[in-house]
Amino acid sequence: MMNVRAMEIGVGIFVAAGLAALLMLAMRVSNVSDFSEGQGYTLTARFDNIGGLKVRSPVRIGGVRIGRVTAISYDERAYQAVVTMAIQNKYDRLPTDTHASIYTAGLLGEQYIGLEPGGAEKYLANGGEIKQTQSALVLEQLIGQFLFSKASEGAKK
Amino acid sequence: MIVVDWLQRLGRNALFFLQRLGRATVFLLQVLAGIPTIIMQPRLLLWELYSVGVLSLAIIGISGLAVGMVLGLQMYTTLVDFGAAQSLGPVVALSLVRELGPVLTALLYSGRAGSALTAEIGLMKATDQLSVMEMMAVDPLCRVVAPRFLAGVVSVPLLAAIFSAVGILGAYFVGVGLLGVDAGAFWSQMQAKVDLHADVYNGLIKSAVFGLVATWIAVFEGYDAVPTTEGVSRATTRTVVHTAFAILGLDFVLTALMFGGI
Repeated sequence: MMNVRAMEIGVGIFVAAGLAALLMLAMRVSNVSDFSEGQGYTLTARFDNIGGLKVRSPVRIGGVRIGRVTAISYDERAYQAVVTMAIQNKYDRLPTDTHASIYTAGLLGEQYIGLEPGGAEKYLANGGEIKQTQSALVLEQLIGQFLFSKASEGAKK
Repeated sequence: MIVVDWLQRLGRNALFFLQRLGRATVFLLQVLAGIPTIIMQPRLLLWELYSVGVLSLAIIGISGLAVGMVLGLQMYTTLVDFGAAQSLGPVVALSLVRELGPVLTALLYSGRAGSALTAEIGLMKATDQLSVMEMMAVDPLCRVVAPRFLAGVVSVPLLAAIFSAVGILGAYFVGVGLLGVDAGAFWSQMQAKVDLHADVYNGLIKSAVFGLVATWIAVFEGYDAVPTTEGVSRATTRTVVHTAFAILGLDFVLTALMFGGI
């Protein structure tokens, strides 16, 4: 039988390799600095059409990710989609007249919420609502409008 | 008459299955009761961790590397058609961390270590070593089974993490080294898509459950084996087959629970 010291070294290497692999998965593969859901403060925004936006879609400002979509629901009275997002606590200086739009990363990429800060003196607090929103661009509608305008041009001639 | 005979066989098999499941559950509870004693004496764990964990490192590492490299190659050839080769990192990382790492590790573990556990305990029973222990007032469940069980449960999540990490490095080697995907995009897209809680932690929970189930089946089959040469050989086969069924079935259930909502 092998002596105890060699076995202990072997087990030590095994445990160290396992922990190193876990550390790599945590630090290198996933983004550990990314905050988890539940942290940060929440904002809501109402959209007429959210397109392909999903829970966990990113919220960006100036291209920098500052939060995530945490919930999407539908308001039956206003006939609008209500998007709840969590914003990291360090980004707490969003003016009250911030503008929220739904953009697509690339032509067919994932959709995300892009924020553009306004000029108001006051800042949005936890539970605040972004009033000015712009719906997602739905490609089918766009193509439909384009064809329609082409057809009407043809009719004028 | 044939139908009645068939029904009788079905009923007998069902009762037999339930009886075994009941025995296995009682057995598991008895083993769990022995675990505090093992934690007080970590010496008993050392040899088991060595034979279950350390000796499995080679097969886990090599399989992880091979799976990662193949995954990288195959995904690249498909993704490049859509001009989405940059997504190689997240695709490989998500499939390894969520599914392939835990599942393949558990299957390899049951072939490499689970079958050995069954054969060892079964032969101890066949050669009356377990009865001798009982005669000496040493509880074989506590002394023989519990350390093996604990070593298996501890080892599998670590092995799965090693599998995933090595696999991602393999995909990095093929994708970035050989096929020319941009290294920055590979890592940054991966970090943007892989979530620590939703993906890495859930993968770990999965592999912990698989480790528990695979080791449970292995030690139970050994302890429950018919104490003959043939009985031990059959028990060893059953360990590998039943573990594969249990892992693949459980994987679907766990995936549906963890990722079904997203």
